[in-house]
Amino acid sequence: MTRTKYKDLGKRTVEFYGHGLKNLQDIEIKGRLIVIEGPDASGRSTQIQAITTRLEADGHAVLNTGIKRSELVGQGILEAKQDYNLGRKTLALFYAADFADQFEYKIIPALQAGYIVLADRYIYTLIARNLVRGLDRTWCHNLYGFSIKPDVVFYLDVDPEVLVHRVFQKNMVLDHYESGADIGLSEDMYESFLIYQKKISQEFYAMQKRYGLIPINGNRPVIDIHNDLQKRIDVFLKRVGN
Amino acid sequence: MVFKKMRTTGKLIIVEGIDGSGKSTQLHLLQKWLAFKGINVFKSEWNSSETVKQITSKGKKKGLLTPTTFSLLHATDFADRYERNISPLLRAGYFVLADRYIYTAFARDIVRGCNPDWVKKVYDFAVKPDVAFYFKVPVDIAVDRILIGRPKLKYYEAGMDMNLSNDPYESYRIFQGRIIEQYDELAEREGFTIIDGTLNIEEQQNLVRKAIMPLLTETRSSRARDRR
Repeated sequence: MTRTKYKDLGKRTVEFYGHGLKNLQDIEIKGRLIVIEGPDASGRSTQIQAITTRLEADGHAVLNTGIKRSELVGQGILEAKQDYNLGRKTLALFYAADFADQFEYKIIPALQAGYIVLADRYIYTLIARNLVRGLDRTWCHNLYGFSIKPDVVFYLDVDPEVLVHRVFQKNMVLDHYESGADIGLSEDMYESFLIYQKKISQEFYAMQKRYGLIPINGNRPVIDIHNDLQKRIDVFLKRVGN
Repeated sequence: MVFKKMRTTGKLIIVEGIDGSGKSTQLHLLQKWLAFKGINVFKSEWNSSETVKQITSKGKKKGLLTPTTFSLLHATDFADRYERNISPLLRAGYFVLADRYIYTAFARDIVRGCNPDWVKKVYDFAVKPDVAFYFKVPVDIAVDRILIGRPKLKYYEAGMDMNLSNDPYESYRIFQGRIIEQYDELAEREGFTIIDGTLNIEEQQNLVRKAIMPLLTETRSSRARDRR
């Protein structure tokens, strides 16, 4: 792969999922937005690190973003999650505010400046969590109608049975929310985790068509997943670059 | 506006109007009266959820809010009060009095440039109030009531984020004027009970109490039914 191949990633206006934002309607972006979705311990961060290294070696400016990391409410969400009395809609809106902050202050400016933004999850995880918790589908999709369509979205699909072992290897404990313990799926935390992750995965499949998500078999070894992702990203950048 | 249908035995009464319209005074008097009559009353104020407040005020201090994050944080505050208080209390048969409701969010967010359909949908989990009072006051009177002591206006309160004017007082005046335009449109569409906020306090309260009388008889007759 020669470095001169990517000179320009294509100037264009943004395309929104829903109503969009008035102040961004006419802006011009030069960068590209690539999203990697997947549950906790699916290997997202490892993949993102490897891809970032490669893209930077190829001469691209890369920005990594995630969810629940905003200046505005990042810490607040962690505090709010400790408060188990918080309602489902309240939490959903909190996350949306957090996402919006990063979206407007990080993602958009980076795209305007010509960065490749590698997002460690985007709106889909947030939507899937809300749907599994029984919130109205139309409401959830509308909530994120201000966000733009990424160029590519990968979904690391890992079987819950495989995932649970990765979680144990990583943390030794199952996370309260990531096991759906807040919605009373089972008395048994292990079983609750499997049911919850299955439900999340089902929501991702349901969103596949609507949002054009590309499922990536995440049950494979890290290196295989990386080669798969990197190849797809290279093909994409080659197609849009000139 | 789009509202959720919910079977409740309680009643929801809300007041709207710009700062200085006298709505909070009127709601306070209504609360005292209802409580005196032995009715279970609960009052909920805009932007008062403890959990959300701390985070919102952090963002506000930093002057970092965009129209979208401003909107979403206020929606979070409302949702928290709604899910924990307003909705369960209505189900339990309380008279819930809300000092500002989703119309405040709608008016402010629209003035700040959010998409009206988006905002409407964000708030569509709320129920329609049984009575919505709108305290209508000419912008100059309301603004003079607020500005008479030359208070220190907060950044977002004065609408400084919209670059209306470099002078906070002037910015505030323009901002409030635009909110009134939104309220006037809403008043017609949503069937607000309009109260002339320039009348004296007693006169206004009299009108308010008269307007909610039908709710009291409804509640009484349903109680009578329960006893039978």
